[in-house]
Amino acid sequence: MPLLDVEALTKRFDHLLVVDRISFAVQKGEIVGLLGPNGAGKTTVIQMLLGLITPTAGRIRVFGLDLARHRQAILQRVNFSSTYISLPFSLTVRENLYVFARLYGVRSPSRKVDDLIEQFDLVKKANRPAKELSSGQLTRLHLAKAMVNDPELLFLDEPTASLDPDVADRIRRMLIRVRAERQLAILFTTHNLREMEQMSDRVVFLNQGHILSEGTPEALIAQYGTADLEALFLKVARGQVEEP
Amino acid sequence: MRSRIWALVARQFFVMRRSPMRIAEMVYWPLLDLLVWGFLSLYLNRLGHATPLPNFVAFFLGGLILWDLLFRSQQGISIAYLEEVWSRNLLNLFVSPLSVGEFLAATILISLMKLSVSVVVMTGLAAVFYGFNIFTMGWALAPFVAELLLMGWAIGIVTTALVLRFGQGAESLAWVLAFLFQPLSAVFYPVAVLPPALRAIAFCLPSSHVFEGMRAVIRTGRVDPRELAWAAVFDVAYMAIAIAFFYRTFALVKRLGLLAKTGE
Repeated sequence: MPLLDVEALTKRFDHLLVVDRISFAVQKGEIVGLLGPNGAGKTTVIQMLLGLITPTAGRIRVFGLDLARHRQAILQRVNFSSTYISLPFSLTVRENLYVFARLYGVRSPSRKVDDLIEQFDLVKKANRPAKELSSGQLTRLHLAKAMVNDPELLFLDEPTASLDPDVADRIRRMLIRVRAERQLAILFTTHNLREMEQMSDRVVFLNQGHILSEGTPEALIAQYGTADLEALFLKVARGQVEEP
Repeated sequence: MRSRIWALVARQFFVMRRSPMRIAEMVYWPLLDLLVWGFLSLYLNRLGHATPLPNFVAFFLGGLILWDLLFRSQQGISIAYLEEVWSRNLLNLFVSPLSVGEFLAATILISLMKLSVSVVVMTGLAAVFYGFNIFTMGWALAPFVAELLLMGWAIGIVTTALVLRFGQGAESLAWVLAFLFQPLSAVFYPVAVLPPALRAIAFCLPSSHVFEGMRAVIRTGRVDPRELAWAAVFDVAYMAIAIAFFYRTFALVKRLGLLAKTGE
């Protein structure tokens, strides 16, 4: 049974069809990249998977449970991190993590917070407010927050946007390591196509609200005869790929 | 469930304990209100010395303190929500297992926490400056206070729902919506002075019964059970409507995709 099973998921805002009957699955321990040009529907899909947007039609099953009916039980085992949302900036690193540990009902919140601070290399900044952190440290704090409940499924919206290549590379390695250690499944979006190639076991390529293609990065590149994912992305974004 | 509610309360506590401005804000407006209106009531009391209105200062200061309770209980809820919007943390909360009911319960607790600071300050200052001890009215006033808080929370929940629906453009409602009810709440004058049509509307406000009840307590030292009962009836209705409205609005903003936009 897949960890995440999406079937004919559709979202319409008034007359605008944003997501059009998409179906895909994510298996335990798998890293799946959600790729597509701006407006392809990636963020809307992730927000529907998190219960932030109600789908117009379709079904989302996580851990075999229907999201519409078991939201709380599912979100207990899932987490999310996005470059576009923030954490309370006047709270310290430790306080932020403590609040989320309590929110996720972690049994020994203080011990968990200490572990995360250590694991995400935030020891020196543990008692400093989030507003004093660098971009790299903030990203690590966001990821630490996303790990606070030891999720089985993690959604990441552009996890390394605005980071320099060195820090971005460290973050990617950290995510790959955590996946290997804990059989964590990750569904992520990024506009960094090298990152998409490097991290994804499989890519779901969205265009204009539906799935254009799905497969390993190598399979997609071979299918469209491009040099890499970036070349494929450019072809799709410029309308040079025929829809199936 | 309790852990999630306390998580949000702890988050506000962490913010407040290192933000002197937030603490000052809880004290600043009650202090100004009390000074301006307190001295005015003393002055008016002296002017009308030939035929003084009995208990004028007590009526006025009692009304002022209780109105401030209502306003701050409403504002406590709305500001707790806005704090999450301002810090772009709203999505982090709603992708957690936090339920809407837990969120509302937490905002009520946060409101209560802030309110207790304002109350201590106002009652203390009223005693120091005007020799007015609100506790001389006895515990008779306690149920009225509870009824006012309920009304304030109901207005706060509706305000929050409106900000959720209409976005940050509507956030000024957090500062103004409660005042919509003030003229008909008979805070500083009896309901009897209102025109008949407005009296009928005032009857449907829990606050008008509370302030009438407060004046009865000051005058007679006894609670008027009818005022208490009417306020309770309308409070239950207001709270039920407010909670239903919030749930419906929350479902609507999720359907329209506005929750995600508010949180970013």
